[in-house]
Amino acid sequence: MSVMLLSGAVLIAQILLVLAMGCAAWRVLWGPRAQDRVLALDALYVNAAMLLLVFGIRSGSTHYFEAALLIALLGFVATAALSKFLMRGEVIE
Amino acid sequence: MNDLPLWAAIPVALLLLFGSALALIGSIGLVNLRSFYARVHAPTLGTTLGIGSILLASMLYFSVLQTRFVLHEILIAVFIVLSTPVTLMLLTRAALYRDQREGSSEVPAVLPSDPPEKEVP
Repeated sequence: MSVMLLSGAVLIAQILLVLAMGCAAWRVLWGPRAQDRVLALDALYVNAAMLLLVFGIRSGSTHYFEAALLIALLGFVATAALSKFLMRGEVIE
Repeated sequence: MNDLPLWAAIPVALLLLFGSALALIGSIGLVNLRSFYARVHAPTLGTTLGIGSILLASMLYFSVLQTRFVLHEILIAVFIVLSTPVTLMLLTRAALYRDQREGSSEVPAVLPSDPPEKEVP
């Protein structure tokens, strides 16, 4: 009973998160300006971290947690560097 | 998928569905809203409450599964909560700067009589 409930919830959550990543990817590809693409990339990173956490619940192993932490870290660095680039034209001054 | 007692499986399932629905709503807002300054608000729905409830579900699931406290997901929560406002403020300032330089009608222009911004030490 609880296995069925949990696997159904995990499946629906995965589908919703993949749809969310699709919306963010649409904005990355067709965003009218550069700042829209960077914003959508940030949203895509966070959605990918959530999807990895749901994968971790599905497989019952804690290894996916480290991948999610790494993606959150890289998303922060990427968005900070890209917005610095949009502001100044170079990343490291 | 391991067997969990029902009192733990129901909150885990509800938190998972709630968090992923919030992430989807935020991303739909990212597609639907009209201007960039409106779109900045949308994905923060997923980066605060959405990822928070999924992390809570993960903590609850692994704590019950391993019959000990598994709390290392707090690390992601603290990190996301600290980093998202910083990056989005940086990005919005960059976008405002770019729009003002282009003379876009969407943002207030910089008046020539405005005093220059002081350098923060």
